[in-house]
Amino acid sequence: METKSIMIVGVGGQGTLLASRLLGYVITSRGLDVKVSEVHGMSQRGGSVVTYVKFGDKVYSPVVEEGEADFLLSFELLESARWISYLKPTGKLISNTQQIDPMPVISGAAQYPAEIAEKIAALGCDILTADALSLSEEAGNSKAVNVVLMGILSNFLDFSAEEWDAAIDACVPEKFREVNHKAFRLGRSYRV
Amino acid sequence: MKKLLLGNEAVARGLYEAGCRVVSSYPGTPSTEITEYAAKYEDLYCEWAPNEKVAAEVAIGAAIGGGRSFCAMKHVGLNVAADPLFTASYAGVNAGLIIAVADDPGMHSSQNEQDSRHYAIAAKVPMLEPSDSKECRDFVSVAYQLSEEFDTPVLLRLSTRVSHSQSLVSLHDRVELPLKEYRKDPQKYVMMPAMAKKKHVVVEERTKKLVEWAESAQINKIEWGSTEVGIITSGIAYQYAREAMGENASYLKLGMVNPLPCDLIREFAKRVKTLYVVEELDGVIEQHCAQLGVKVIGKELFSPIGELSQKIVAEKLLGKKPEEKVFGEPVPPRPPVMCAGCPHRGLFYALSKLKVMVSGDIGCYTLGASAPLSAMDTTICMGASISGLHGFNTARGTESAKHSVAVIGDSTFMHSGITGLVNIVYNQGISTVIILDNSITGMTGHQQNPTTGYTLKGDQTTAINLEKLCDALGIQNVSVVDPYDLKETEAVIRRELEKEEPSVIISRRPCALLKYVKHKKPMKILTDACRGCRQCLKIGCPAISVRNGKAVIDNTLCVGCGLCAELCAFHAIADGEGGDN
Repeated sequence: METKSIMIVGVGGQGTLLASRLLGYVITSRGLDVKVSEVHGMSQRGGSVVTYVKFGDKVYSPVVEEGEADFLLSFELLESARWISYLKPTGKLISNTQQIDPMPVISGAAQYPAEIAEKIAALGCDILTADALSLSEEAGNSKAVNVVLMGILSNFLDFSAEEWDAAIDACVPEKFREVNHKAFRLGRSYRV
Repeated sequence: MKKLLLGNEAVARGLYEAGCRVVSSYPGTPSTEITEYAAKYEDLYCEWAPNEKVAAEVAIGAAIGGGRSFCAMKHVGLNVAADPLFTASYAGVNAGLIIAVADDPGMHSSQNEQDSRHYAIAAKVPMLEPSDSKECRDFVSVAYQLSEEFDTPVLLRLSTRVSHSQSLVSLHDRVELPLKEYRKDPQKYVMMPAMAKKKHVVVEERTKKLVEWAESAQINKIEWGSTEVGIITSGIAYQYAREAMGENASYLKLGMVNPLPCDLIREFAKRVKTLYVVEELDGVIEQHCAQLGVKVIGKELFSPIGELSQKIVAEKLLGKKPEEKVFGEPVPPRPPVMCAGCPHRGLFYALSKLKVMVSGDIGCYTLGASAPLSAMDTTICMGASISGLHGFNTARGTESAKHSVAVIGDSTFMHSGITGLVNIVYNQGISTVIILDNSITGMTGHQQNPTTGYTLKGDQTTAINLEKLCDALGIQNVSVVDPYDLKETEAVIRRELEKEEPSVIISRRPCALLKYVKHKKPMKILTDACRGCRQCLKIGCPAISVRNGKAVIDNTLCVGCGLCAELCAFHAIADGEGGDN
């Protein structure tokens, strides 16, 4: 199969790493080649964080570049705006509607742009928005935003519900497993 | 089944499988996880050393002692460990020795962008460069064989995208190697002039033999595609070139980047029409080709600044530009910030209020340079805060010393701050040094250090007592403050700055992200009392912002440290049962 590229973007501390672990697990279980790339260190301190997941018969570069992502999974609206140029013309953006002010906005040095989702749609991008924070609270833990979003993305990938369940069982510590299964199901059954 | 491993995890796996016995490192992004993963294997002795020089010397000693050993560091760490490296190159090894050095092109988490290959050339030691996790594992075993066969330390060059990318690796069992016999051999291990002169001859001969090895080494391989375009490359740059060009080019992929082969490059050059060198950072392979008289196109197309990518290769070699849609208005940057509840915040707020010159250092607290705190004047390298401040104040005089401080973390102080403090005492300086003791090495992701009382493996150990240490150095004024207490913190800094003697202030509170740190409920805004004056925003906390003219607390971030409440003149921020987000 041709290489598929997924970009997961968010704010340091939002749990993007678990999302990429789940993806890595389902892909590896299928026996496909895969590369997952993320940057550790300073950017994890509340900065803008990016994870790349690429899979197919043979993957070379671990990074995704402008115009290359089949899917952009965004944990925060401003990050959707920041990384939209990485989406393929035929790609799909799945964006959480949560807004987290970056320090320049908090300190008054910059403005948080208004109506980001509408402006991205106006560019002709295929965008699906969801209030993943509310869904994760419904699942029982506001930190499960990452798994809710993975649940939404899973509808567009060729892996079964059983494969995803196995990934959650393998990647999540037992005491958080139930909440994450629930969060995943809420995401997977999410419709606009 | 193959396992998905981080490049750094694969290096650790390689160490385990190759029978490595001793690992000593100092944390540094992007190298840190190698040693953390290695520590999970019971068969490996693993430790955090106080700095890279000590770590390298421990590894050198272990190799001389007959056990395969290893040491990891980031690129700038090799500057610290350069001294032992250059002479270990002469002395050689007994059992194999690998020093991994992780470069950070693009400076994701570093203060410069140096290319470590220059060290391999200067120290005359072989350097291998893997391009994915599988090679990370495989090259460790090759490196040990080389080290023992050619009697030399071997450098393993990584980069952020290799260290921090996961790809598939099949696992093998550990090879148990007996400890090699140690024989006293001053001609080999005592590098005083008479012996070193002889050893330098050996080193030059060794390099010639290594070039011969490189000519036919399996890790230097050609992948034939179209011969219209030839690409010489190594490490992650190979992956970018391969993805961009596919079968439309032939590749000479160099797994060993020092010394470089000669005949292999000449032969490859003959069989392709146009020859490019695709390498990240400096034109090291390109210069080698120029010396061989082989015409290549390299840095005239590819910048020595920042990372490469498949996009850059496609753009430069194929003239391809991606189709992209750009958000039509400015997107505010999201720089990293001190976490909510970070103990450094209170200290830096006090410094920004006092408007002193702040000689900074390397760690999470370097974020104190960012707005709105903006309380840092200089940051050069590990330890430079203290020694640099002494120089600054020596040049500018006593008044300067009353308006300046050095800030340095507990781990960085252990790394290379102590000697700077010795220098202040010895040379009658009067500077004020603030040690930010958050009981952990923070920036690299919570590693133990000599002040924390725990080893890398989690065992309890003697904790170096900072107060007693400073006292023993002859510092008469040692104070301890809690940076959550703004008034006290500010008062103590003022008091110590006035003294015409050296002072050390220990700003002590554990990192808010440590698991054992108990947090309070998020703070609560009393909306009626809030005047929207924005005073609480001056501490630069990500958990507090102003919406519709009133302060709001983000419940998912706030840990109830209460710093914002100390700043509020209208008592509009209270300890809370819940926030308002």
